[in-house]
Amino acid sequence: MYKTKEKIIEFILKTTALITVLTTIGIIWVLLNESIIFFKEVSIIDFLTDTQWTPLFANKHFGILPLISGTLLTTIIAISVSLPIGLTIAIYLSEYAPKKLKKIIKPLLEILAAVPTVVYGFFALMVVTPFLQKLIPEMAGFNSLSAGIVMGIMIIPFISSLSEDALSAVPKYLREASYGMGATRLQTSFKVMVPAASSGIIVSVILAFSRAIGETMIVAIAAGQQPRLTLNPFVPVETITAYIVQVSLGDVQHDSLEYRTICAAGMILFILTFILNNISFWIRKKFREEYE
Amino acid sequence: MNNGYKNRLKDSIFKYIGVFACFIGLILLAILIGNILYDGFNRIDWSFLTSLPSRKAEKAGILTAWSGSLWIIIFTFIIAVPIGISAGVYLEEYNRKNQLTRILEINISNLAGVPSIIYGLLGLEIFVRYSNLGSSVLAGSFTLALLILPIIIVATREALKAVPASIRVASYGLGATKWQTTLYQVLPAASGGILTGVILAISRALGETAPLIVVGALAYVPFTPTGPMDEFTVLPIQIFNWVSRPQHEFSINAAAAIIILLLITFTMNGIAVYFRNKWQKKINW
Repeated sequence: MYKTKEKIIEFILKTTALITVLTTIGIIWVLLNESIIFFKEVSIIDFLTDTQWTPLFANKHFGILPLISGTLLTTIIAISVSLPIGLTIAIYLSEYAPKKLKKIIKPLLEILAAVPTVVYGFFALMVVTPFLQKLIPEMAGFNSLSAGIVMGIMIIPFISSLSEDALSAVPKYLREASYGMGATRLQTSFKVMVPAASSGIIVSVILAFSRAIGETMIVAIAAGQQPRLTLNPFVPVETITAYIVQVSLGDVQHDSLEYRTICAAGMILFILTFILNNISFWIRKKFREEYE
Repeated sequence: MNNGYKNRLKDSIFKYIGVFACFIGLILLAILIGNILYDGFNRIDWSFLTSLPSRKAEKAGILTAWSGSLWIIIFTFIIAVPIGISAGVYLEEYNRKNQLTRILEINISNLAGVPSIIYGLLGLEIFVRYSNLGSSVLAGSFTLALLILPIIIVATREALKAVPASIRVASYGLGATKWQTTLYQVLPAASGGILTGVILAISRALGETAPLIVVGALAYVPFTPTGPMDEFTVLPIQIFNWVSRPQHEFSINAAAAIIILLLITFTMNGIAVYFRNKWQKKINW
């Protein structure tokens, strides 16, 4: 009797684990289903090459490039803020900081990632933009620069904690050998530790990149809602995520072309993050094998 | 100045750069919070907490927003926690090291990296439309539950991993079955870690805005939900709505609502850290 009961329980547990697989299948099915109908109406070549995105206007253009450029622009700004700061923190914590200080700083940094993104959006729009406008008068009220900077602050802990793990995983003898040769901690950090931990650091940057691409509220609030193919960080742009929010706020009919545009845009977003995440898993797996 | 001296100087300069980097993010966060307190603190009073939304900024309150958040959190908890813990137990305790487990593991890591707004699209199609739930509390809760499921599963696995094998072996030795061992020995021993993960996951769900906007939560709901099938708004959406308005009075409202949201988020995170520390001290078997 016990055996049947055990079997039933294992089956129930297994079923709950399988819900995660169903979730993935659901996501792909929903995005694919609507995207296929979308591409019956809009040619995929136009979608990938047209430089205008105006599906909500009378003169409709369905070029995803402006949304992709907006997404990449804010993401690159965010990474250029968070990578130097995050990496410096990681090196400081793993090579310099006393253990006690490390124990205090790590949870404090996690707070940055715990703040709801809508709060960061408020910060970007109400504090950072007015401040930057004093320095750069031609800057618009909505722009990718302040959204990107604030997003960068938010993802500092992603880079710092994963990079620090990577640095800590480097075998101790490498560090000791470098000290033995008379190198300072700084020289050891940049010439021995960082190269040795490079794959882990790259993983942290890729994951932060993927996180920034999918970030929604900061860009929806502070970067504007004007799809524009530009690299100018001072003008309003629109990201893929902000477009989905913009459409969702309005009253969109289920079987409309506007509705399908958000699924097609979501598909691009999903593919981008999926590729980035899996590159990082692949690097991490390879890197683990190296030291074992 | 010889080379060695220069190098040591550079070394100690970098030390200060390191300290600066550690605190720059936190200093900016402090400026943010200071700014919000300055803008919004005086706006918080009893009527702000108990008033319905309004077109007039000075009359508007967050009653529907916080009660909506409460409904969403309760249902998300009820849906996600049992499933998440059970899936975590399956993967850690019943792990058969076969193809299925491998697929499940890769899949969960991938789900954890899917942008939250994509979950919104999933929820819109599956729960709002196919399941005919409409833009209800239940549809929103199901969507957020799927979103936080990977967090709970990973936290559960980590907590179970920390339980030493000796506990399991001793339980088997007394004749307990696998399930009895898991339920009466392993899970209680891992409860602190699981609790921490659950609180962090719920706090994440509380701050989520984008997926609920896509699911169709409205910024303007003139009543509080009375059941799981009612329409709703949540605190972050109310904040988003107020931030997007040009009038200054509304941004004061937004700041005031942010104070409430941050208060809840930080309290939850604080409790989670407290449990984690307490549990980690205990688990030095």
